[in-house]
Amino acid sequence: MLTIFLIFWPLFAALIVFALKQQARTIALIASVIELAVALAVAFLFVPDDSVQFAINLPWIQSIGVSFNVGIDGISLLLVLLTTGLVPFIILSSFGNTYQSPQTFYGLILLMQMALVGVFVSLDGFLFYLFWEMALIPIYFICLIWGGEDRGRITLKFFIYTLAGSLVMLIGLVYLYFHTSGTHTFEIQALYEAGRRLTPFEQGILFWTFFVAFAIKMPVFPFHTWQPDTYTVSPVQGTMLLSAIMLKMGIYGVIRWLIPFVPLGVQAWGMTAIVLSVIGIVYASVIALMQKDFKRLIAYSSIAHVGLISAGLFTLNKIGMQGAMIQMLSHGIVVFALFYVVEIISQRTKTRTISELGGIRLQAPILTTTFLVILLGSIALPFTSGFVGEFLLINSLVQYQFAIGAVAGLTSILGAVYMLRSFQQSMLGEKKVVTSTISDLTSQEKWVLYPIVVLIVVIGIYPTPLLKISEAAVNNLLTIVSNYLALAK
Amino acid sequence: MNALYILCGLGIVSLVSEILNFKKWLLPIVIVGLSVAIVAASFEWNNTTHFFGNMVIFDHFAIAFTVLICMVAFFWFWMAHSYFDNKEHLTDQAALILFSLVGAIILTSINNMAMLFLGIEILSIALYVLVGSKKDSLFSTEAAFKYFLMGSFATGFLLMGIALIYGATGSFELTKISAFISAHSKELPLFFYSGVLLVLIGMSFKISAVPFHFWAPDVYQGAPTAITAFMSTIVKIAAFAAIIRLFAGCFIEISSTWLNILSVITVLTLVLANVTAVYQTNVKRMLAYSSVGHAGYVLIALVCGGNISNVVLYYLSGYSIASLIAFTVLNQMEENNQGITIESFNGLFNRSRFLAVAMTIALLSLAGIPPLAGFFGKYLLLSLAVGAGHIWLVAVAIVTSVIGVYYYFKIILAMYFKSDSQSQVPVSFSQRLLLAVLLILVFVLGIFPDLFQVL
Repeated sequence: MLTIFLIFWPLFAALIVFALKQQARTIALIASVIELAVALAVAFLFVPDDSVQFAINLPWIQSIGVSFNVGIDGISLLLVLLTTGLVPFIILSSFGNTYQSPQTFYGLILLMQMALVGVFVSLDGFLFYLFWEMALIPIYFICLIWGGEDRGRITLKFFIYTLAGSLVMLIGLVYLYFHTSGTHTFEIQALYEAGRRLTPFEQGILFWTFFVAFAIKMPVFPFHTWQPDTYTVSPVQGTMLLSAIMLKMGIYGVIRWLIPFVPLGVQAWGMTAIVLSVIGIVYASVIALMQKDFKRLIAYSSIAHVGLISAGLFTLNKIGMQGAMIQMLSHGIVVFALFYVVEIISQRTKTRTISELGGIRLQAPILTTTFLVILLGSIALPFTSGFVGEFLLINSLVQYQFAIGAVAGLTSILGAVYMLRSFQQSMLGEKKVVTSTISDLTSQEKWVLYPIVVLIVVIGIYPTPLLKISEAAVNNLLTIVSNYLALAK
Repeated sequence: MNALYILCGLGIVSLVSEILNFKKWLLPIVIVGLSVAIVAASFEWNNTTHFFGNMVIFDHFAIAFTVLICMVAFFWFWMAHSYFDNKEHLTDQAALILFSLVGAIILTSINNMAMLFLGIEILSIALYVLVGSKKDSLFSTEAAFKYFLMGSFATGFLLMGIALIYGATGSFELTKISAFISAHSKELPLFFYSGVLLVLIGMSFKISAVPFHFWAPDVYQGAPTAITAFMSTIVKIAAFAAIIRLFAGCFIEISSTWLNILSVITVLTLVLANVTAVYQTNVKRMLAYSSVGHAGYVLIALVCGGNISNVVLYYLSGYSIASLIAFTVLNQMEENNQGITIESFNGLFNRSRFLAVAMTIALLSLAGIPPLAGFFGKYLLLSLAVGAGHIWLVAVAIVTSVIGVYYYFKIILAMYFKSDSQSQVPVSFSQRLLLAVLLILVFVLGIFPDLFQVL
């Protein structure tokens, strides 16, 4: 029941919020906090083994073998926690702004939350696809209605890109569906078996049908061209949803809906995927070095970080998987906070150009310190959350192949270069015209940023509980895959 | 069959109402009559009946499509009352529509080539008049003339085809023709196959499949919006019902003759219609091309074969409801603005939020976005094609779907993104209610598609 509540409570809340005239944001915040409380309850009730818990399986579209089959295992739980944990902060972070038709804005955020949670708990291919596509609609409208300049063209590109990827994935799913034994079904275990019965060639093709959809979502080079523009033009809450949560759909998709489906395909093409990811890391880092716009810089840094996660996943070893899990959380938290800090600065100074900023430390020391901690999390300093994940990921890549690991490790250095340089230019130094009157964090902003800062440090020092949650599930997945690959030889 | 009687009766009643002077009660009578027709048709569900010496058959297929047609007609009358506001011709126009519905229902139940011809003619002749019913508009007259000419061509092809088939098989009756085909599969004369192809061409005109679609954009644009809505929903449903009866039933055994041609028509329809739609600025014209494109999607089912009636019924229901929503919105906006272009939608979100949201959902459904009816319809078609191994067709369908998203989203962009200078659009309570009902239907159809898998 808790799973059903987690999916449909945001929908219910969204419908109420749509109908409200005033107080939309308060109601939305309360609703998302309730959702978070339930998710935490689920986390406490969760037994850290490899089983699917809180499972619910109801018949739905019986004529084509689709059921409403949802459940939570360790991997899902981490992502549900990330989603439900961040949405209240995203809503709270918007309290300083006034929006045209706020009920639509907050309603769409809650709708988005429903779709995201749905993606992370679905255990039926068709259901997964429905939620996957449904997540696209609210974010598209959030960006379209409240976005910045030239958003019409940019958001349409984003929409069409992602939709095209999803449709290709749908064909892959349908193909698998027709290879399930007996009465065809979209049940995930049946799809797993169907996928593993295919020939290596078919598995290779299917690998690409799924990988393209996930790669566009993350985005992995060369499917990333929609991302910087969309992140830059979106209202900051939209950017947060996109970068902190929505791109995890792609990573989660690789873990749950790609690697176990077509292990031979992954084996054949995994190297290509890793190389693409690593090219993306270097490419995005180099471009980030050149960026003058703060928001765009973080957008590119996000491509680099996600590239590392994706590369780690395809190494198919446990360190990489676990690193990816923890890095997903860390990246979500950190990138959310980074975008928020940039938003705070740009709202006060009316500019996002780094070179126009400077000396903020003199006017706003709390903002500066907070930013520093977040930034250190982003460049993966030890004892921050970023370090644990990045260390595990690079470690797995080095084990996979030293050269690739070495190149990927470059990101840490490049990342440190562009992040620290932008920090130095904006925060330190002499005051500039636009920063001369900048004010420090308001209490509402502190309410958002302090918990995040605490999380970054706590996860960095003591990540074990989080790693424990997903460990059993990741182990199980890898055992299945490696057993299959051993047999296939 | 009772539905057919009821509709004929309603048509006559509406003619008589002019003489007996109860015109103002006519629309309520029609609405009630249509509801009764729906109920009457549903009651016949369990017994298949033949009429007029096997000329029409009311089996599950016919009844399901009849109910769909009556339901769409029900919503259509609800939507189109403003079209009838011109009281002068209320009775004639209502009668023409009702008779045209009779033709549509005949087409769902044909078992005889003669009935096919009769059905098509009853359906079309009423429409030739209705398309031109905006007498002061040059476009409307032009559209009527074009439609009439093209319709006559189509009928010509059809008749020629029927004659050739009759010459080869000695029968008009579909069941006898198909029995003849299986009995003499090796020794059918060449002109029989030509006859089948001519029938295919005639029917392609009716569903406006490329390359027989040239009339559609002009006619859809020129006709009064309500009539356009009628043509793009009910006429399509009826014509597809007849096509399925012919090509998924009677001529299925000789599918090797027409399948390749149909595949070419399908791909052309999908590609040309969707690509051309991108370049349209007039919304009615764009919807015309989009409706041609949707005909292409339905044709995919026909190319794949198998038990397709359910898929087609579902797809056409979803498509019709979404189209009705779109046309209702257009109808509302047209009242103070003739010739709706995409710019007319600028800033609609701020001017009339309800209309904008309704239009958005309709367009999303037409574009095939879950969880709306359009998505599940498209899913069924794609899954049919994957199952039949037509991966190339799937690829074409996916590319055209993405193109479809592009032009549907042009309207969405205009509604939310462009700034507005125009005034508010008033929407009456009854039209709001209609839109709300249709929107709920789009969601219900999409989320619980099993409820509609009746065939």
